[in-house]
Amino acid sequence: MTHRIDHLLIANMVPKGARVLDVGCGDGSLLLLLREMRGIDGRGIELSQNNVNACVANGLYVVQGDADTDLRDFPDNAFDVVVLSQTIQATEKPKDVLQHMLRIGKTAIVSFPNFGHWRVRAQVLCMGRMPTTRQLDTHWYESENIHLCTVHDFVNLCDELGARIETMLPLTSTDHLLPQVLGTWGANILAAQVVVSMKRG
Amino acid sequence: MAPSPRKPTKSPSSAENAVPHSEIVQFGPETPLVLESGQSLSPWQMAYKTYGQLNADKSNAILICHALTGDQFVVGTHPVTQKSGWWETLIGPGKAINTHRYFIICANVVGGCMGSTGPASIDPATGQPYALNFPVITIHDMVSAQAHLCDHLGIETLLAVVGGSMGGMQVLSWASRFPHRVFSALPIATAARHSAQNIAFNEVGRQAVMADPQWHSGNYLAQDTLPARGLAVARMAAHITYLSEHSMHTKFGRNLQDRDKITFTFDADFQVESYLRHQGVSFVERFDANSYLYLTRAMDYFDLASEHGGILSTAFAGTNTRFCVVSFTSDWLFPPRDSMAVVHALIAANARVSYVEIETDKGHDAFLLHEPQMFAAVEGFLKSVARERGIHMLDDGEGI
Repeated sequence: MTHRIDHLLIANMVPKGARVLDVGCGDGSLLLLLREMRGIDGRGIELSQNNVNACVANGLYVVQGDADTDLRDFPDNAFDVVVLSQTIQATEKPKDVLQHMLRIGKTAIVSFPNFGHWRVRAQVLCMGRMPTTRQLDTHWYESENIHLCTVHDFVNLCDELGARIETMLPLTSTDHLLPQVLGTWGANILAAQVVVSMKRG
Repeated sequence: MAPSPRKPTKSPSSAENAVPHSEIVQFGPETPLVLESGQSLSPWQMAYKTYGQLNADKSNAILICHALTGDQFVVGTHPVTQKSGWWETLIGPGKAINTHRYFIICANVVGGCMGSTGPASIDPATGQPYALNFPVITIHDMVSAQAHLCDHLGIETLLAVVGGSMGGMQVLSWASRFPHRVFSALPIATAARHSAQNIAFNEVGRQAVMADPQWHSGNYLAQDTLPARGLAVARMAAHITYLSEHSMHTKFGRNLQDRDKITFTFDADFQVESYLRHQGVSFVERFDANSYLYLTRAMDYFDLASEHGGILSTAFAGTNTRFCVVSFTSDWLFPPRDSMAVVHALIAANARVSYVEIETDKGHDAFLLHEPQMFAAVEGFLKSVARERGIHMLDDGEGI
């Protein structure tokens, strides 16, 4: 089974045996990977009935629910790590979701497509069209992504929430890690997606 | 006018007591059933059925808890109604709760009328049926009785406790009171407390029974009669709450029953009237009126949070039980928000919990019907907990 690159990077960030909440866990592939690689005690939240059933059949503990409305029911500090992989751009209130993640987990890990990537900029600038890339692979009229942002935007939001970014891993469109020396400015233009781990400030 | 039952004077429970169609375990004076009210029941008995085979280390036992008007006959032909078992959709060879894999136990609840001690049983002190001298029992009391039965069967830890509606309340009670005996719990279409609206519906049913002159202050058996009309009305009112407005509309609409036009009478012109009358009449043939009073009361009294300082999560503090909570979108008797309250409490208690909300228009009754998404969730959950408990299973379900 081939794993998604952001999942593998997240797995490297998660301590062994941690309590992990995966928000928008889909079919549970990240939770299964974390269970296998890190021996975590995992939980998930997922909207789709079929995905929840797939998770339950795999022995995962997943609550059918919505990141936008159901995170408020989780107590403070209930988890070591709360993960939101490739989902923040599809939430109705990304700021609230991020705030809850920082409250529920000691660490929050978010991966998202970077709307500042040069291919995205080029498509808008040169062709005057909404971009479609490997990370943003649906047309504007079919996309569930309602709150896309750039790396800079995300960093600003973290500042606003008083969150301290611990690690930022920028990935190219071919899934190669960009060198850290390029910093946020480099990531903002060269990264197709990023994985960010943060803590309350 | 309430419908007239066909056989008004034969108590179903006294018949079942005389010639039981299931296993009976009797508990003598050395094992009284100590009740939540402070009273105790002695001697007393449980009528139960088992299906499938218990494995060598007794690790594959699943307890099924039945709902208000259910009984121990989950599968197979019911001895009184001759209909198939009430949970044949879910339980049986090759089904979601596979009797090739698991050992299924289902007992008639204490206070019931299919062989376990209830208000129609003979009070040893008087030689007459208990009637209203039967002590008020609670959901916890039903569970205490089931725990005695498990002791009798030599089963310390159940692989799963499964139930819907009032059965789901028993599942929550089991998980809260005997967490070490419950490896996993599957509460379906239920709540940790009965709502004001549900208590109100139950009260209407009880008042219908008590308003029937044949009830005789509960002593109808001694008078050789039955409050059949009152009980039928109670069942009709309750049955409305088991369906959804939408399912009633699609099933019956305003269709007329065996006629082309309305008759300007109070006959059952509409199909929905005819259906409810049939539900009421057939119920009377298999259920004891006093049992109906006692069991609805038990549901009303259930409030798991109140006995833990108002904080539901305390009821599950430190639990090691694995949970799968199931609700149905169109269930307005036990709406999804009631299940969500349980899920939130379990999350707060750091429990391992999954929650599945099944999209359906069938209302509360959905848990008894053909709901493939529920089957998939139950089957997947049970397989994973069986695996976790080290129960070796072949995928084709042929043995354990």
